[in-house]
Amino acid sequence: MGLFILRRLGVMILTALCLTFVVFFLTNLGPNLEKLAKTQGNARMTDAEVVQWLDNRGYSRPLLVRYGEWLGVAPGWTRVAPDGTETGRCVEPGGTIAESPTFCGVFQGDLGYSTVSADEVSNVVGGRLALTGWLMLLAFSVMVPAALIVGILAGMREGSRLDRSLSTFSIASTATPEYVSGVIFIILLASSTSGLSPWLAENGWIDGRTLFLGSARSAMNDITFWNFTLPVITIALYGMGYIARMTRASMAEVMTAQYIRTARLKGVSFRNIVLKHALRNALIAPFTVIMLQIPWLLTGVVIVETLFNYNGFGWTLVEAAGNNDIEMLLTCSVVAVFVVLLTQLISDIGYVYLNPRIRIS
Amino acid sequence: MEPLTWTGSLGTFLNPIMLWAVYAFFAAFVINLGMSLIGMRQADPIVNPDHTISYQYGPVDYALLVMKYAVFVFLGAFVVHIIGGIVQPSHEARGIIGGLGARFLPVWIALIVSFVLSIRFKRRLGLYGKLFDNLIGMIGFGLAMFWLFTAIFAPMIATHGAIDQVASMRNAVPGSAVSGGDEGLFAYYLLGGDNLGRDVFSRMIFGAREVLTIAPAATLFAFMVGITLGLPAGYMGGRFDTLITFVANLVLAFPVILLFYLLVTPEIVEAGVPVYMAAVLFILPVAFVWVLLYSRYRAQPSIIKWVAVPITLVLLLLYLGTVFQFDPFVWLATSFIGYLNQGNPVADWMATTQGEYEPLIGIPIDGNLLIVFVSVVFVNSPTVFRIVRGLVLDIKTRDYVAAAQTRGEGPWYIMLWEILPNARGPLIVDFCLRIGYTTILLGTLGFFGLGVDPESANWGSTINEGRALLRLYPHPPLPPALALMTLVLGLNLLADGLREESLKD
Repeated sequence: MGLFILRRLGVMILTALCLTFVVFFLTNLGPNLEKLAKTQGNARMTDAEVVQWLDNRGYSRPLLVRYGEWLGVAPGWTRVAPDGTETGRCVEPGGTIAESPTFCGVFQGDLGYSTVSADEVSNVVGGRLALTGWLMLLAFSVMVPAALIVGILAGMREGSRLDRSLSTFSIASTATPEYVSGVIFIILLASSTSGLSPWLAENGWIDGRTLFLGSARSAMNDITFWNFTLPVITIALYGMGYIARMTRASMAEVMTAQYIRTARLKGVSFRNIVLKHALRNALIAPFTVIMLQIPWLLTGVVIVETLFNYNGFGWTLVEAAGNNDIEMLLTCSVVAVFVVLLTQLISDIGYVYLNPRIRIS
Repeated sequence: MEPLTWTGSLGTFLNPIMLWAVYAFFAAFVINLGMSLIGMRQADPIVNPDHTISYQYGPVDYALLVMKYAVFVFLGAFVVHIIGGIVQPSHEARGIIGGLGARFLPVWIALIVSFVLSIRFKRRLGLYGKLFDNLIGMIGFGLAMFWLFTAIFAPMIATHGAIDQVASMRNAVPGSAVSGGDEGLFAYYLLGGDNLGRDVFSRMIFGAREVLTIAPAATLFAFMVGITLGLPAGYMGGRFDTLITFVANLVLAFPVILLFYLLVTPEIVEAGVPVYMAAVLFILPVAFVWVLLYSRYRAQPSIIKWVAVPITLVLLLLYLGTVFQFDPFVWLATSFIGYLNQGNPVADWMATTQGEYEPLIGIPIDGNLLIVFVSVVFVNSPTVFRIVRGLVLDIKTRDYVAAAQTRGEGPWYIMLWEILPNARGPLIVDFCLRIGYTTILLGTLGFFGLGVDPESANWGSTINEGRALLRLYPHPPLPPALALMTLVLGLNLLADGLREESLKD
């Protein structure tokens, strides 16, 4: 087990290095740097000025060296201007080379400077991640139990009417991406001119003008049922169908197993068969799926945060990508990649742990 | 003029019927749910002494019957609306639903023809025919084909142009009469106008065309790439397998949205990245076709010479023309003639145009579309690769593979002509699912405005445009949203039906 985890960790680090390098490469392509120079400096710079601007800020050196600097394994660049001011990757504005550290990169905990937020990346990302964390947590706590219940109910009597209707529901939910369901939810539940809200308000059944709030901006300070329901169910609905179908398949397979038949023949009640005998074995496969669903949720989070104006991690990613905020984008990708790899690791370990057949052999 | 009503003249007596059907359905549903909760069950079959089976219907059965007939009544009323729309001449009598039904006339005809033919010959059509034994599969097929036919007949169905604007029709409600446009336009905006005064209905129809050209093509390419890499990885294993699997996992570990944001930008197109990626990804299908034909007809040189080589050459030219805008014939001709006649104006003209001509063979595809296409293929192919590799690992232990190996067949023959045909069931199912997934991805790209023309009728971008005024004018984003949903739902149901039928073997 120890060796297994060690090997997985090794692959994980290699993957993370490769992926961050790809992101580094793509964000540092010539046209991207030119755009950066023009947005940061002056939109009407000539080509020579762009080269000069990039040169002054250390962008013109080889890609691998700069990647090393960003990682913190190569010494940061330094430059002494003709007028004697000293600048460098690790030099604070106004500081000198001598009193600055040689290395400053991810390994030293320095994530760089976000050109869009005009702040250190590390100051910005933490808060944004926390906001997204809440969204993910709530979405998960709605999605997973609902999906498991739907999957188990559908899988316990395969081919029954209940199975048919719940399976159709889960297929429909996988066919409704967030930008479709979000829009429909807003129209139905959060618009003061259409959907259910005007009718409910007329009858005096709701206090405000709409049943739910169509924007989650206020949820950044204070999460309430009113402002956070729509984003959460929008994310949960799309992810739910897939988990439910996996659970159904797993449950249906377990229900045909020999030991279930034995239990039935012994006269164990159906409720006990499902809850005590089948359920535990049926939940092994969905566990992996649930863990692997987390990275998939990321796309949903980006869409939902854009749709509902919630300034979390996904929104930051969109902003950073739109403005070629290189260091912010790199940090976002590091976070995203680590979330993906960590969930893969947990799902692998969890699978081995949950399934005695694999654990013992 | 007054805006059209939703249901037109038939509405006066059909609307109450539909409403009652909905009420009856929900009432029966709630009663049924309640009865199931207190433990009442459907009637069990009673075997009579003469070996016939009869049922003693209880309340649960009656509730179910009510639900079933309510659905039939509702659908029947809907069909009457559509037929009414086709039969009745005036727009006012048709109403919006009838009007839409009448516009979709070519689609209805094509659907009826394809269903009648398929059901008539279903015993001879293999897996496709078996689909028509399955209700879910048939519904899915119907939905998917509805949108496919809509895409094919788009110019006949649409009432206006996808980007034609009528200033007075901004945010017009569904069924508004067109005023202030040119003479000879269709008289109504059936589903209203968007914030620029374009017809929502026509944009949805043309959007179907955009979505349904890119999504299946991109999925097909992803499959070719995945199969070309997955077969040798699974069959041969070793270093090649380790390497490709690592790369596939690398791509899979990349959050899709991040990849899209990094790849689908004008700067990346300017840097030429899509061309490099297309150069790698698009050569694999060409190689696939060549190996497919060569491995089969190796022993028949005439077929190789007259069929396999020409097909591969044409594909290669197509590849060069599409990816590099390079046509060796034009290039050779211009350079050769230019070389012979140095110094005359024609040769000079040829020398200058040599670099910038339209290739004779090649699909003209602009950088923005190419990067969208390439990214979608790039994101999808690792998953296909993993599926294929898993299937190959399973199938390669079968006896018929061992038999082929004993016969002395080459590895590529075994992979392409022994393993691949036997892996087709799961691959076809996944293909249907994946078209739906690709549609969702393309919609995501459109939603974020990545790589699409801002005027484009693409469903994703239409939804995004409608988002700003959603709370005031809900009608512009709703039709494309429902269209995307029904198309993907149809493909998923189709895949489900296919899976069920292929498992029955």
